[in-house]
Amino acid sequence: MSTAAARFLDAAGSITRNLRHRGLIQTALRKYESARDRRKAAFHDWESARQAAAETKWEAINHLDEHLVSFADKLESRGTKVHWCGNGIEARDLIRDIIRDAGAKCVVKSKAMTAEEIHLNEALEKDGFEVVESDLGEFIVQLRKEPPYHIVFPAMHLTRDEISDLFEKELGSAPTREPEELTMIARRALRRKYVTADVGITGANFAIAETGMVSITENEGNARLTAALPRTMITLLGIEKVLPRMEDLALFLPMLATAGAGQAITGYNTLYSGPRQPGESDGPTEWHVVLLDNRRTELLADPEQRDALHCIRCGACLNVCPIFKNVGGHTYGTTYSGPVGSVITPHLRGLQDWKHLSGSSSLCGACTEACPVRIDLHHHLLQNRRNAASEKPSTLERLTWRLHAFLMNSPSLYHLAKECGRVFEPLRKATEGTVLDPVRSWTTTRTLPPVAPVSFKEWWRERR
Amino acid sequence: MNGRERILARIREALRVPAPRPGSHGHGHHDVPAPAPQAGRIPLRPVQQARAWLPPGGDTPEEQLGRFAAASADLKTDFHLLADEAAARAKLSGIASAEGWKQIATHRAALTDAVVPSLGIPSRTTDGGYDPEDLERCDAGITTCDVLVAQTGTLVVNSRTTGGRALSVLPPHHVVLARRDQLVGDLTDAFQRIRELHGEGWPSMISLVTGPSRTGDIERILVLGAHGPKKLTVLMW
Repeated sequence: MSTAAARFLDAAGSITRNLRHRGLIQTALRKYESARDRRKAAFHDWESARQAAAETKWEAINHLDEHLVSFADKLESRGTKVHWCGNGIEARDLIRDIIRDAGAKCVVKSKAMTAEEIHLNEALEKDGFEVVESDLGEFIVQLRKEPPYHIVFPAMHLTRDEISDLFEKELGSAPTREPEELTMIARRALRRKYVTADVGITGANFAIAETGMVSITENEGNARLTAALPRTMITLLGIEKVLPRMEDLALFLPMLATAGAGQAITGYNTLYSGPRQPGESDGPTEWHVVLLDNRRTELLADPEQRDALHCIRCGACLNVCPIFKNVGGHTYGTTYSGPVGSVITPHLRGLQDWKHLSGSSSLCGACTEACPVRIDLHHHLLQNRRNAASEKPSTLERLTWRLHAFLMNSPSLYHLAKECGRVFEPLRKATEGTVLDPVRSWTTTRTLPPVAPVSFKEWWRERR
Repeated sequence: MNGRERILARIREALRVPAPRPGSHGHGHHDVPAPAPQAGRIPLRPVQQARAWLPPGGDTPEEQLGRFAAASADLKTDFHLLADEAAARAKLSGIASAEGWKQIATHRAALTDAVVPSLGIPSRTTDGGYDPEDLERCDAGITTCDVLVAQTGTLVVNSRTTGGRALSVLPPHHVVLARRDQLVGDLTDAFQRIRELHGEGWPSMISLVTGPSRTGDIERILVLGAHGPKKLTVLMW
């Protein structure tokens, strides 16, 4: 039986040895880091801005019911259809029905992690619809039939040569080493789709409660086009995306861009408040906003970790995480990877099956420091470990600790254990890391310090 | 119960236990109960103070112009500050002949009416609807904007009064015509201006455009013109 934990260990073990992969990720993240630091330096006070962002999100999440009601009512008053889906199946069925009712064949889609979360593309393709990812990175990983590697940089694990080979194979384009030329190949392939697609699907970055608006952040303009030309538009978003007021964006747009990509502000930040209105020249005649719970309310019910719902999906915690830098995005086997993924996945998909992610952390706290909304990520990893152990205690682990405590509380037993250690030291050394070693899984990558020939107590006695 | 009521009921149930306020984590305050969420709004809005902590937009019009010009250079937006309308016509005509425009698209507004017809290039307007295939074939989209932001080099377009959703993003070159008094300092000012202009009835789309379309998805190398315009020109007088 292959569990998520076993698959994680297996994948992590092989990819950490892949120096080419590591080099690629570290080059990309170095570029990110220098850009981010330059942008942070332009702030008068980054730390105070973080605190303000944390407080604003706290207000949003801790009054989530009021904000969602206002958001939905405002949208509906302007002709938008708002749907509330408890889980992925409900959302998938609903979206499929909307597309079917629209009589559509081709769907053009901009980036949406919530769509990855509910495996929307697979479901729609199974029903015979063509779904085209329009974000360049997403387009590339879709052609490779793999999930995005990173929530902000979906194709950061690929070189231009790999992308050129992929385009040559899938699109029949001429090989090139120029990123610009590769981008233009994708541009040409997708241009026709915007004009001909019947339905456009987008994600969302913020839901503005007070005015009933959806805010979408992007650099390429693909979401703008997706929301402009198809006659039906569908927007899928998690219920936690709420911000109380439109003016809050004056803080959140620079924070998201700085933490997420080292930009002062992202290229396009677009507020949608309805389908095409009277007197307007274009835009979809029908707009469906799909609010997704999918166990977010269970995370909400945990006051200790509720702030994990403050997450704005900037990816900053992934970019600074020593684990992510070594094992990469695909190893996690989750929609949301890195520290925030390790925190929320156990809530979204089951603690016992995903507790290993909370264990694969050095608890260095780099994630907590990087988070623009100050989510207490590394403490949450620790709390997940505690919750997993108290929910399902490991008998072996408990016995080990009990034995340890017993030894440590008895001077004579401690002395005896010490003597044994000294006697068996040559044997231990000879078998370290071999099949005879009882703690082999630990010692294959680590070395135990040798037992000292003279204990401190003996040494001290001689000195005196 | 329908989906809405079901989810709202779950949220209300979950929120019965209050969560600690931000900043109280990880400092030994785990056991201190936070104040219960109040029925009304929290009086202090942190975002109103946050403005002072963000990158500055400049206090005087000169300073704001300087910042907008610097941000534009950084973003590869082609920004031209011009003396008057005649200078704008001359500048635009120069760009049109340099790029060999054959067909352009625009919309009806005081600024576009004053400048675009003088080009003598076949132009279509998006007002009242258009064929996307035609718009796609245009060499440039010429629009006005609501407001420009010195802090970030941003300009704001909307779906009702600046030509619709696609005009500023489908043609390969987006040209924006603007007056000097449309430039404000920072995003907080910009949202205030947006509210003044549209608060009575929102256009279905309001877009903050910062630089030409861009991507870094291939080896984090910047490429302009991913899906939207490869070029963004701002003519201000």
